[in-house]
Amino acid sequence: MKRVGLSGNYAVAYAVKMADVDVVAAYPITPQTTIVEKLSEFVANGELEAEYINVESEHSAMSACVGASLTGARVFTATSSQGLAYMHEVLFMASGLRTPIVMANVNRALSAPLNIWNDHSDAMAERDAGWIQLWVTSAQEAFDATLEAFKIAEDVLLPVMVNLDGYILSHTYEPVVLPDESLVREFVPSRPLQNRVSPKFAYSIGVVGPPEAYYEMKYQVVDAIEKSRKKIKDVDKEFGDKFGREYNFVNEYMMEDADYALVTMGALTGTAKAVASGLRKEGEKVGVLSIRCFRPFPKEEIVALLGDLKGVGVVDRAVTPGGPSNPLFADIATTLYEKGRRPLLQSFVAGLGGRDVPVDDFKLMFGLVKDVVKEGKSRPCVYVGLRE
Amino acid sequence: MTIGFRTIKEVPKDEFLAPGHRLCAGCTAATAIRQVLKAAGRNIIVTTATSCLEVATSYFPQTAWRVPWVHLGFENTAALASGIESAMKALRRKKKSEENPHVIAIGGDGGTFDIGLQALSGALERGHDFLYICYDNEAYMNTGIQRSSATPYSAATTTSPPGKKSIGQKTQKKDLVGIAVAHEIPYAATACPSYPIDLMNKVKKGLEVEGPALLHILTPCPTGWRFDISMGIELGKMAVLTGLWPLYEVENGVTRLTVQVPKREPVKKYLELQGRFKHLTEGEIKIIQERADRLALKFGMGPLRQ
Repeated sequence: MKRVGLSGNYAVAYAVKMADVDVVAAYPITPQTTIVEKLSEFVANGELEAEYINVESEHSAMSACVGASLTGARVFTATSSQGLAYMHEVLFMASGLRTPIVMANVNRALSAPLNIWNDHSDAMAERDAGWIQLWVTSAQEAFDATLEAFKIAEDVLLPVMVNLDGYILSHTYEPVVLPDESLVREFVPSRPLQNRVSPKFAYSIGVVGPPEAYYEMKYQVVDAIEKSRKKIKDVDKEFGDKFGREYNFVNEYMMEDADYALVTMGALTGTAKAVASGLRKEGEKVGVLSIRCFRPFPKEEIVALLGDLKGVGVVDRAVTPGGPSNPLFADIATTLYEKGRRPLLQSFVAGLGGRDVPVDDFKLMFGLVKDVVKEGKSRPCVYVGLRE
Repeated sequence: MTIGFRTIKEVPKDEFLAPGHRLCAGCTAATAIRQVLKAAGRNIIVTTATSCLEVATSYFPQTAWRVPWVHLGFENTAALASGIESAMKALRRKKKSEENPHVIAIGGDGGTFDIGLQALSGALERGHDFLYICYDNEAYMNTGIQRSSATPYSAATTTSPPGKKSIGQKTQKKDLVGIAVAHEIPYAATACPSYPIDLMNKVKKGLEVEGPALLHILTPCPTGWRFDISMGIELGKMAVLTGLWPLYEVENGVTRLTVQVPKREPVKKYLELQGRFKHLTEGEIKIIQERADRLALKFGMGPLRQ
């Protein structure tokens, strides 16, 4: 075990190396690139015994990953924004063919206008692709989630996307505890070679699923991701036992006796917590809930933690133009409505295209949640930090 | 060096593409792939792009493939094959598996010339050890005969219909083997199932070389070209004998005609067998004849039969 300074991207790369992946197929895109640069370096130095495929596009990156994964190999790729959007159709094929690919998605806004900075619109646009989505809030978490991802993916046979915020996490250096490689190998031993594409078996894979078959085949993905909750929990527990850090589906901060809370994802969580901590000192009963596992969505945890609050503000870092609400808000509202629990919900959008979301913005959001509770009625979505 | 088949009697009796698939009666793509698989043998993994071949051979719960087979999407079969080939290499190197199959990627002309060209170029450039096969029926037949960039000049398709202001397809087909050769790959060739020994020996060569190989196979399509279902093999022969489909190979940059045509037939004899050319006037036929003459000159075929 050693403690080193690593960027979020390098933390991911170290996890991939320690997991001893067999194949990496990747295409450069900002701000993901330093992950695959580091992996290329590991391969070039002989520190990682993998085939590195320098594909000509993200579409081919994901296609090559599916092919490699079907043979039983452990497979990794990384992307951002346009790259993820370019993979779109293949993402559905990856989950449909039950390939346990692990991908780091370094969250970045989608064009136009062209923007290389952070928001969550890339991953939100792929939420229905049948991928498990983990979201991290620090470089350490990026490392840990990547390791957990291999174990989860290969057990439930679904691909896993590890999301980390572009620049804010990907390029910020933080202290990261790297465990001994032997312990990591114990945690994620080689993927067993079974049910695979091999010259020994004349399997046909990726067949035409006519109306009599498609529905059931698709439902298997729905069923698998629903059932993955248990495995995600078990893997996290095992990780905790071995390495001393556990994460669960959500990260709760000062939620025990809170009246009001903000729900966040990714790096925004840190600022939200700092502001909540300050408000607590002023006597405000506020908390923060950050979603670590966005797919499958942590329904039970949401109901248990938010159901009895007076007011909840949901901070989306992505938009659904013309929709009734934005993606995270929609999921929170649906979850609570289903269970008949109705805290006052206020929708916020913040930080699109890398716009900084400073402390004052969080103060404003906490304040607004309290206000709307007083008013007994939420306001239309508030676009925090948007210039008139 | 592989010893090629000399006569049809030497060709294995194994059938790896099972009968009963849903390809049209008279489809020569089926014939071509049957020949490819006979030449390749059992130690293979096949990938296929979305295409007539794919939808007609893998309709759940049936499959016509007696070898390992994977379909992923339309434009990415070369990338899929890259992943399989690389993974097999990694697993061998890490002593997780000893398997060393040939990887064969198959696409139609749309999946190769148009939407799949980028993935193909990437895979050829990276030097994966695989054989790419384009079966070329000269249009998007699976979706109902739309033109592709492999459709020949003046052919009628549903998206290049002849009319008062149109002669049909306005452009000439791309030189796919030329594009492949520009990647400096060790082996590229044309073939046609009407010449099975030539086709199968090219498959063997393509699999034997280290690195990427490409085989471009003309597969006459009775549905799209509008000819009698008994005539597919004859059509392929006429394409070769007119000089419009020269059978050649490019081995490490050296081009060699593999089936000589001492006396070429006029292109009219090929065109008049097909409904897709029935609107042509002497003017267009002359343009097509001139193209055949240029190809004959380029590849060293004989003079036109008078």
